[in-house]
Amino acid sequence: MGNPMKIRAANKDGVTEVKALISHEMETGQRKDANGAVVPAHFITELTVKHNDKLVLASEFGTAISKNPYLAFKFKGGAKGDKVVVSWKDNKGDTRTDEVAIG
Amino acid sequence: MNIKTHRISLAAGLLAAAALVGSGQVLADAATDEIAKYREMLADGNPSELVALQGETLWKTKRGPKNASLEQCDLGLGPGVVKGASAQLPPFFKDTGRVQDLETRLMTCLETLQGIDTKELAKTRWGKGEMENMEALVAYIVTESNGQKIKVDLKHPEMKKLYKLGEMAFFYRGGAMDFSCATCHGQPDKRIRLQDLPDLRTQAGAAAGWGSWPAYRVSNGQFWTMQHRLNDCYRQQRFPEPIYGSDVTIALSVYLAGNGNGGTVLTPGIKR
Amino acid sequence: MNNQRRTVLKAGSGAALLSTLAAAGLITPGMALADWNKAAFDAKSMADTLKALGAGSPADSKDVQVTGPDIAENGAVVPVGVGTTLPNVSMVAILIEKNPNALAAAFTLPEGTEANVQTRVKMGQTSNVYALVKSDGKFFVATKEIKVTLGGCGG
Repeated sequence: MGNPMKIRAANKDGVTEVKALISHEMETGQRKDANGAVVPAHFITELTVKHNDKLVLASEFGTAISKNPYLAFKFKGGAKGDKVVVSWKDNKGDTRTDEVAIG
Repeated sequence: MNIKTHRISLAAGLLAAAALVGSGQVLADAATDEIAKYREMLADGNPSELVALQGETLWKTKRGPKNASLEQCDLGLGPGVVKGASAQLPPFFKDTGRVQDLETRLMTCLETLQGIDTKELAKTRWGKGEMENMEALVAYIVTESNGQKIKVDLKHPEMKKLYKLGEMAFFYRGGAMDFSCATCHGQPDKRIRLQDLPDLRTQAGAAAGWGSWPAYRVSNGQFWTMQHRLNDCYRQQRFPEPIYGSDVTIALSVYLAGNGNGGTVLTPGIKR
Repeated sequence: MNNQRRTVLKAGSGAALLSTLAAAGLITPGMALADWNKAAFDAKSMADTLKALGAGSPADSKDVQVTGPDIAENGAVVPVGVGTTLPNVSMVAILIEKNPNALAAAFTLPEGTEANVQTRVKMGQTSNVYALVKSDGKFFVATKEIKVTLGGCGG
């Protein structure tokens, strides 16, 4: 579900830097629409990043993460061509997984 | 705005300004420097990339009554050439016999290649339906000119005509507040609240303005095309908003791009 | 197991435990994806949030950094990061004091992941932003004020 993410993963001196942009509304549940009705909360709650099959980051998000979330971090290891896999799940149960090869 | 020399923290700047100088300008300079830092932090990971990703897929997708992709669309550098195309827009197109900006040119391609009726676009709200597709396509195409130089050829008589028309529109005062584009963008060193306003009459100002739109706006999380940006300027002046794809917005684009010639294309931008 | 760890197990909801287990490689990421620390994200005040995270009263530390601008042009997107040079960091979190719910995000860091995570948050108003880190089972915190302003007509 949802639109594709944009993931970049680059290895330099044995450390892999991951930068991810995720397409998601991240609706807070505190906003009202033009008719005054509350727009229900819709946001990513959990997001994991794996290097091949190994977990390198597990995130829990609240509604305060910006629309179209951005995430950047580094982990030791990783080689060119290895997979970096990002998965998220939101409060409505939608999920999405995208992957990229380390460059 | 000198970003390098005012490396004082905002708090220190506030104190110094209040205690020693008492000048609003110093205060504003320190704050705008901090805002420049904020923008720098956002530049890497511009959410426009997500929109551009959708646009690239759309460009290659067979759609419409003719079940064709846009891959043969000629944006001015030949059929299918996207790289660098938006840096030289808007030009005069021989096949349609008129000057077109990116969006009106895309409308031509939607019609001729895919058989999609674009008359509906003018009635479609920003971000909805076929307009959302237009925005994605624009995001993809302008990303492919990032880093290039603005190079709009003004030699063709039609281009000269539209430049003149754009200039007239830029200075034309009207609306409930008797505003023109030039009211905000026709003098050096103007700002609204903490934001510096580019002087669009100058090369540097026009390059900064034209060169950084279309852009992603963080305040509403929307990607705005140039037509959207210009229409919103009219809305803010309390003018009636131009019909989508109007000559007046193309003319203003020619005026801005022509003034900004030689500047660097930094599209898509990321804005407040 | 020290006292701090016991506090986590007791006060933190399942998510903290799950995260710990995931970090230790005892459970699969798929399982870790199944829980979310509702109590911590629903908490309003800083104190309640820290309690729900099992962090109690974390010690101020010069070795923890909150990165971000001094002033944000728009509260909807504020770049914020947490970094630390402290050893054996298993968790980092971002808290925004004046938001309706203080906790913005919590990150579990398996061994080998650097204790430096950057993201973007929404801020309702000017506020102190806290970086919370868990190093060797103990919690540490640092803070930075980020001012939120309104700009003009959008560049």
